[in-house]
Amino acid sequence: MIAEVGHLALCFALALSLILALFPLYGSYKGAAGPVLLARPAAVLLFLLTAVSFAALCYAFWINDFTVAYVANNSNSLLPWYYRLTAVWGSHEGSMLLWVLMLSGWTAAVALLSNSLPLILQGRILGVLGFVNVGFYAFVLLMSNPFERTLPFFPVDGRDLNPLLQDFGMIIHPPLLYMGYVGFAVSFAFAIAALLGGRFDANWARWARPWTLAAWLFLTLGIMLGSWWAYNELGWGGWWFWDPVENASLMPWLVGTALLHSLAVTEKRGTFKSWTVLLAIAAFSLSLLGAFLVRSGVLVSVHAFATDPSRGLFLLAFLLVVVGGSLLLYGLRMHAVRSQARYQLFSREVLLWGNNVFLLTATLVVFLGTLYPLFHKELGLGSISIGEPFFNSIFQYLAIPFALLLGLAPWVRWKQQQWQPLLKPLSLWLVGALVLAVGVLSMYQTPAANLALLGLLLGAWVTMATIGEIQQKAAQLGGIPGLFKLQASHWGMVLGHLGFAMLVVGIAMTKTFSVEKDVRMKIGDSVELNGYTFMLSEVYALNGPNYGGQAAELEVFQHGEKVTHLHAEKRFYPVTRAVMTEAAVHARLSRDLYVALGEELSGPSWALRVYVKPYVRWIWLGAILMALGGLVSLSDKRYRRKAAVKAETGAKAHA
Amino acid sequence: MNPRRKQRLLAVSGILVLLSGGVGAMLYALNENVDLFYTPSQLIDGLGEDKKKPVVGQRLRIGGMVVKGSVRRDEHSLKVSFDLVDTGPVVTVHYDGILPDLFREGQGIVAQGTLLDATTIQATEVLAKHDENYMPPEVAEAVKGIKHVAPKQTYPAGTP
Repeated sequence: MIAEVGHLALCFALALSLILALFPLYGSYKGAAGPVLLARPAAVLLFLLTAVSFAALCYAFWINDFTVAYVANNSNSLLPWYYRLTAVWGSHEGSMLLWVLMLSGWTAAVALLSNSLPLILQGRILGVLGFVNVGFYAFVLLMSNPFERTLPFFPVDGRDLNPLLQDFGMIIHPPLLYMGYVGFAVSFAFAIAALLGGRFDANWARWARPWTLAAWLFLTLGIMLGSWWAYNELGWGGWWFWDPVENASLMPWLVGTALLHSLAVTEKRGTFKSWTVLLAIAAFSLSLLGAFLVRSGVLVSVHAFATDPSRGLFLLAFLLVVVGGSLLLYGLRMHAVRSQARYQLFSREVLLWGNNVFLLTATLVVFLGTLYPLFHKELGLGSISIGEPFFNSIFQYLAIPFALLLGLAPWVRWKQQQWQPLLKPLSLWLVGALVLAVGVLSMYQTPAANLALLGLLLGAWVTMATIGEIQQKAAQLGGIPGLFKLQASHWGMVLGHLGFAMLVVGIAMTKTFSVEKDVRMKIGDSVELNGYTFMLSEVYALNGPNYGGQAAELEVFQHGEKVTHLHAEKRFYPVTRAVMTEAAVHARLSRDLYVALGEELSGPSWALRVYVKPYVRWIWLGAILMALGGLVSLSDKRYRRKAAVKAETGAKAHA
Repeated sequence: MNPRRKQRLLAVSGILVLLSGGVGAMLYALNENVDLFYTPSQLIDGLGEDKKKPVVGQRLRIGGMVVKGSVRRDEHSLKVSFDLVDTGPVVTVHYDGILPDLFREGQGIVAQGTLLDATTIQATEVLAKHDENYMPPEVAEAVKGIKHVAPKQTYPAGTP
């Protein structure tokens, strides 16, 4: 019964999203207020209906209702309650339901928080969002209904949730990631609404910015959690695999980052308008492309979902409609939009343009590397794979000019800047960065540390330049107390840039100094790695609620003193007949100790994977810092200012 | 040409040169990093219409079923070798490291490595895929495809 209620609620939601797609757009086209006013309650109701539907599925999982096919396939009565609830988004159908829940949530949020926008613009934005909603509700109902029944022959017990997903990281990773993906639909709706109306002013950018920031913030956290989860669950200590599905999330992130910077120019200077619109379209299109890649089965990947060609076809068609439609609209409308502002070659505008160029190049690299094997195969040239070195080497080269620009840009004024006043302070900070990088590196006596030196140098440069810029601001505003006058969005930028510096340092240090060893050990054996001695003290049988397996206990010593105790598991899930590695990690800011238990060999001895990974935490902490920067920016007062009168005062302030 | 146009022309052509250079470099890097996928019979008979065989030392990927009873382990280390087969000939894979959780005899795997001689491969990475053979198709459908095993990283000099 409850499942049918959920299904019915979804059907109503589809109908409602049709209303949301048609009436407000019609209203704003005719200039009639009535149909536009319909948009807000419709959006809120849409969210409530979807929430009912989602709750119904949660309930089916909670009570182990195996008459629902999706529950039977992804849950088991032995599964702990918290994994039963997170199993709701453990597979394709449920995760699509989560997706539409988020989409309707964003839509409702836009409806509730856009009071200050002109009515016509509200109608257009919500109408476009309604259109996007129609696509996804139709997809859920037609292609992947989570409420399908197994009646009359329902199974006694479920097939259990994929063991890979029975982890804390998995509880929050997909919701955050989807919040990000779907959030770009709002930026997209703003862009299309502006195209429809032909109006792009500083206000438009100011309204669009917080939404983009919020989406970007979620996407950043989602990707970071995915990386952290893979590190813990896949059992070989990698944090990024250039896996097609990871790439699918990285592309919208890169374009979203470019969009944030381009929006800043549009808001402050009224230029880059058409560029910003294109980026907003691209960010959402790449989110859709990601959905297509993950859910169509065209790619073989760690996370690829079901291989159902009709689903892929639907998503591809939707993607084509979105991209084709918006580009057509762009072509028809964009000629009317002119950017008035002039700027010189050395100005912040140009540097931010450089930021966009590098981010888009990076996107292109990921795009090519992800889709090239696909085209190669479809063209009948045989199946190939693109090696990790391709991505790594190109990203390495892209990071150098990118980080140099990043440190420089906040110092440079809008419109135009002279070289001379910047030369002295910046070269001082550069020397400072050099000293810091070499100083840190001298603690590691290794000759083959070019990458580490480069990464440290870039990280230190970004940090130093960012601190220097704050110091300069303090001097202008009359000392430290003056810093309180800085806008929140400025602090957001500072945090974001420092986060990036941290990320770069983390990546370079981990890549260079990680030591790993696959070893064969008996009880009592020990192995030494980078000054740490790992001793295998015990291996015993495991007895979990829905799994068995083995657990290994290790003692770790350094200089004869005990550092920690590690507990690594190798679980066997009988229902899915899957084996899972639960790595043991001892984390510190400067290094991780990581042990994964492999198979049992004759002897008895065990295969063990032992790692020492310096600074690996910095990668995720950097990402968290970036997201924090987004949050701080979001708290900026000017995004909450009622009407748009104060555009002028904002334009004089800093980015 | 007035100076403004001249400046623009310079800027645009500069960008074009950079862009084409960048794309060229990218495509070059892409070609350098392409690993062709072979099945054991393709490895021996050659790939495609012109029957191109891989050369010794080439990086490639091979996918096939692990021959039952072919897994030979070294007594004192993690060295292991096994045979792969698809429809005809057998190819031997050597590997030093931990096999993925889902590695089993009789099951399909993919190995990434270099060709040692016509029928032998030194693997740097072994990937095992969930397989329909011992799993209901619906579950296999839902389960994420592949498990990774660490690619061997080159140790920096001076570390153990």
